[in-house]
Formats: sequence, structure tokens, C-alpha cells
Amino acid sequence: MTKSNERKLTIARSMAEAVAQEMRVDPSVFVMGEDIGPLGGVYGNTRGLIEEFGAERIRDTPISETAFIGAAVGAAQDGMRPVVELMFVDFFGVCFDAIYNLMAKNIYFSGGNLKVPMVLMTSTGGGYSDGGQHSQCVYGTFAHLPGMKVVAPSNAYDAKGLMTAAMRDDSPVVYMYHKGLQGMGWLGTEAGATVHVPEESYTVEIGKAKVVRQGKDVTIVSLGMGVHNALKAAKTLEGQGVSAEVVDLVSLVPLDRETIRASVAKTGRLIVVDEDYMSYGVSGEIIASVTEHDISVLKAAPKRVAFPDVPIPFARVMEQYCLPNPDKIVAAWDEMKAA
Amino acid sequence: MAARKTTPKPNVSSEELTQFYRDMLLIRRFEEKAGQLYGMGLIGGFCHLYIGQEAVVVGLEAAAEDGDKRITSYRDHGHMLACGMDPNGVMAELTGREGGYSKGKGGSMHMFSKEKHFYGGHGIVGAQVPLGAGLAFSDKYRDNGRVTFTYFGDGAANQGQVYETFNMAALWKLPVVFVIENNQYAMGTAQQRSTSTPDLHTRGEAFGIPGEVVDGMDVLAVKVAGKTAVGHCRAGKGPYILEIKTYRYRGHSMSDPAKYRTREEVQKMREERDPIEHVRIMLIEGKHASEDDLKAIDKEIKAVVNASAEFAKESPEPALEELWTDIYAEAT
Repeated sequence: MTKSNERKLTIARSMAEAVAQEMRVDPSVFVMGEDIGPLGGVYGNTRGLIEEFGAERIRDTPISETAFIGAAVGAAQDGMRPVVELMFVDFFGVCFDAIYNLMAKNIYFSGGNLKVPMVLMTSTGGGYSDGGQHSQCVYGTFAHLPGMKVVAPSNAYDAKGLMTAAMRDDSPVVYMYHKGLQGMGWLGTEAGATVHVPEESYTVEIGKAKVVRQGKDVTIVSLGMGVHNALKAAKTLEGQGVSAEVVDLVSLVPLDRETIRASVAKTGRLIVVDEDYMSYGVSGEIIASVTEHDISVLKAAPKRVAFPDVPIPFARVMEQYCLPNPDKIVAAWDEMKAA
Repeated sequence: MAARKTTPKPNVSSEELTQFYRDMLLIRRFEEKAGQLYGMGLIGGFCHLYIGQEAVVVGLEAAAEDGDKRITSYRDHGHMLACGMDPNGVMAELTGREGGYSKGKGGSMHMFSKEKHFYGGHGIVGAQVPLGAGLAFSDKYRDNGRVTFTYFGDGAANQGQVYETFNMAALWKLPVVFVIENNQYAMGTAQQRSTSTPDLHTRGEAFGIPGEVVDGMDVLAVKVAGKTAVGHCRAGKGPYILEIKTYRYRGHSMSDPAKYRTREEVQKMREERDPIEHVRIMLIEGKHASEDDLKAIDKEIKAVVNASAEFAKESPEPALEELWTDIYAEAT
């Protein structure tokens, strides 16, 4: 069913394309990280760049996350536009100071004297038995801390446009891409993430959510991989005569609360799907966005399908038990209806 | 330490020596005034004074060229004054006022001036060191011949990120001078109680970074070492380490009564090694300036500092609307 004018790309390829197109027109853009050069990025998102731009602009680093993320902050403060990769978001533990105390705060601390135009791209998510230090999302951790924008694409179209927007932004943007959407064969991948991507450069607005499926009975809000689970659940529900609307957050910061509220005002019911830990996180924030604003729109108590509050286990059976999936979303609807 | 020698170095002009005196005295008087304002309750938080260390920044600024960059920790007032930032803006930031460099949102530890190539002012021990390498990377990338002075203390020298940065800066031959201001105390912990080997200038050996130790109470020695260091960097040879032995007369911050050292130790440094007195004696003995000349400078500096204090008191408190600006870069 591929149309002749369609140009399907994986998220990995669309990210690399966005970076390449921007690097061609803006000499202040450079890429830095572990194995983003000849190896092409563990998740393929810098593949081909070193061949075109060379080792000066596509810069492999030592395994020294604090040093190179801090260096990116310094370079950005001096007007460069670094795109930096933190290979797994789980590694933020060794370098978070450079991120949340420096990258995120120096515009504010300088009273606007400085800009920090940098992109921190980082892989998230599990589902492939990589253990609890290589499978987390920690969306809420990043989104909680002020001063940095946070985006998480669910498909290759948004991935390219968000990357271009992030590189052109004068503020730091954390770009969280889900490993299971990258189109890497060895990981297993979500086919729905590989979509038509225009060849020319374009932006997707940071801070704007998208209604990716119209419905009238329940709103399912998610991001990244969760959007695909939500769409699959919506299809199942459709077979049961239930019309589900799916909202793709696209950005966590700024959060498009208006689009969420408008959708829930229409459907009266809300399920939030989040691969990050359940408590103190994105799912609670989404629900609060609705209930603080106008609780009267709700016909039922909201539901969450999120990762339980345990470290991510290795054993496949245990990890899969914990991860959100379409069946759990359908079950959440069933509970909501029964209540 | 040995008693000070007062023989003037032959290669310094009267003008330059006088300028050193003026620049160091500005920092000293500014910091004394900041201490007073703190005591009056006009400055909140902690406030880290630079008194005693003035020769370090003044000597290195004399080795810098236009466009060179500097970045430091939270003991930053001296660095800002030495690179030509406006004392009014610095003092008003200390008092958290609208006229401060960061509009009251940064405070003592967080000020910046792109115009003067001053990149902060950072509150986490050692965290500015990777940023300094990044500034140097930016210069190298643009091939503009500029050098970055990245200052940190003997305490920060025990932070892991310093060594990540040493490796990266040496690997990429970044034009960065790592300036270790060794004032001998990491807050209240004397160097011998915190540091396995005392010679911090050798800390770059494992990475192939040359280093030297410098008498930080002698502004001329600092300038000479600074010239060597920037020459190394500008020649494309990569980073250079200067361990500058200095001494802070006050506590780590205004809240620190400095009970971890004796009054006599501080007194001895003040009497025998004071960097400003050192230059004053050179000026007088070398007949570069008369007592009256110096009195005139003292008076002038006092006026500048008093004006900054007045400005810092008179400048309005920030409007609360300001809270919501600069979270992200404003559209230009």
C-alpha cells in the first residue's frame, strides 16, 4: 500500500537527515557523543554524517559524559549549536549536574545575557531485556526540572521536524527517542513509527500535541512508544463499539495542556499511557492538568497504564509483565466502564 | 613562606605597575564593601570573598588579549571586576536588584557577560571546568586564536570531572589554561587533609598537560606564567595548567568564621605576603609613584566602590513578572 510518492524513513534515518540538512546551512551545528562517528550511533541516528561532515564536526568523545555535555554547554553559551548524544538516558546519573544545573539554568541565571542553543538527544525505553540500567524512560525526571524543553517523537515525520526545530531553538532541548521506534532490526521495531518523511527541511512545533486518532468515548494520552500501544488498543476498542481518541503529546515541555483538556472535554474519560515509572511522573501530571482545570468534564475517574514502581527487571517475562501494552489499555477501559 | 622581596622586576612599566595596584585595590575594596553590605543584611545567601587572592586574576588578565574568555566558580567577584565588568552591576546582583547583571536571578555565584567574555560564575564545585573546555572548543572550531582561562580551586581539583576534562582537552588540543587557584583550603579542609599529593600542577602529567606552580601573591610572577600558558595555547599545543598558590584572608563564605586555622596564620600572610602591599612597596621604592599618587588612587577606588554600593541599594527590587522571563532564550 506504499504510494509511489511516499518516502518512508525510520526515526533513525529521519534524525540523521534533519541534522545533515541543518549542518549544511549552519556551520555552528556540530555533533558530539560516544560512537556517533564511524559507528554511526548505537541507534543509527548519526549514520552517514561523518562521511559528509568529517571528524571535526561529527566528534566522537571519550566516555566522559560530564565533560562532553558540560563542554557542549560551554560551546552553546558561546554561540555554537551542539547536538550532543547521551547514549542511554539511564546514564544521566553520571552527568546530570551538567544538564539540570548548567544547561537548564544558565539562560535564567544570566538574566538572558546568554543563550544555550543545544540539543541533548538520548535513547529511552526497554522491552528487549537489557536490564534496569539500560531500559528506562525517566521522562518525568527531565520534564520535572525547569529550563529545558523535552520532546519525544512517536514517528519519523515528527522526529525529523522536532530535530530541526530543536537545533534552531535558542534554548536547550532534550530529545528523547525510543529505542523500539528507531527501526533497528536487532531491537525489533514498531512498524507504525516508519512513515512518510518529506525530503525538504521542515519543523514540527515544540510544545504542540497532536490528536492522532479522533474519537468520542475516551481519550488516551501518551507519547513515544505508548502512542502505538494506544492506537492498537483504540483499534481493538473500535471492534467493541468504543470510539477512542488518541493524543500524542509530542512534547513534554512545554506541555500542551489545552489539547489534552479539549479532548477530555469532548470524551469525558481519560487514560494515560506512560512507559516511565507510575508515581510522581508524567501520568499524574496529565491527569492533574485536567482535574485542576475542570473536574466536571470527567464522567469517570482517570486511569493510568504506566510502569510499576520497581526497578526494571531483566527476565523477559517480568519486564513484559510491567510494560504498558494494548491489552492493558483495553483492560483499563473495561475497569473504567465497570466502575 | 619566605619574607617578601621588594626588588622591582625590571620589565614592568610604572603605568602597568600602577594599573596592577589600582585593579587589585578595586577588588579588595569592593569585597570589603560587599562584606559590610552582607553584615547589614543587604546581601543574602552565602557570599564568597576574594580578599587575598587579587594578584591571581589581575596578573592573568594582564596576560590575556581582547576576546580571550574566562570562567570560574562561585568566588567570582574578583574575576568580573578584573575583566572590566561594571562594579555597579556586580554589586547590584549581590543585593538581588533589578540593576544587577542577572536582574537579581543569579546572585553572587551566577553572573555572566558575553560582552566581556565572562562565562560565569558557577555554584557547583568543579562544574565550570567542562564548560571552560567547551568554550575553548568553540574557539578552536572557529580557529580564532582565542584562549579560555578556566579557573577552579584546590578543592575542585579533587572532582572527577576535572580529569574527564583534562583528557578531552589534551586529546583535542584545546586552547584552555586551567588555572588552579590553590588557596590551601577546600572550605574548611586544609589541603594536606584532603589531597594525597600536594603538587596540583602535576595533575595533568597523566594526560600530557604541562603545568607549573606560581607564586600567587606576586602579580608579576602571575603575569609571566600567564604569558607562558597562553603562548602555549595559542601555538596550538593544547591545554596548560597553572597552579597558583594563593591565600584567602576571609572564611570560605561570609558564614564561615574560619576556626580551622589560627589567627596567627592569617595575620602572617597579611603582613608578609599581601599582594597589594607588595606592589605598593614596589611603586614607592622604585619611585614609580609617590604616596600622594597612591592616596589619590585609593580615593578614586573608594568612590567607585561607594557608588556601586549606593547603586546596589538604590536599584529597585526585581518585579515579580521578571520571574517568568529568561527561562528560555527570549526571541530576538
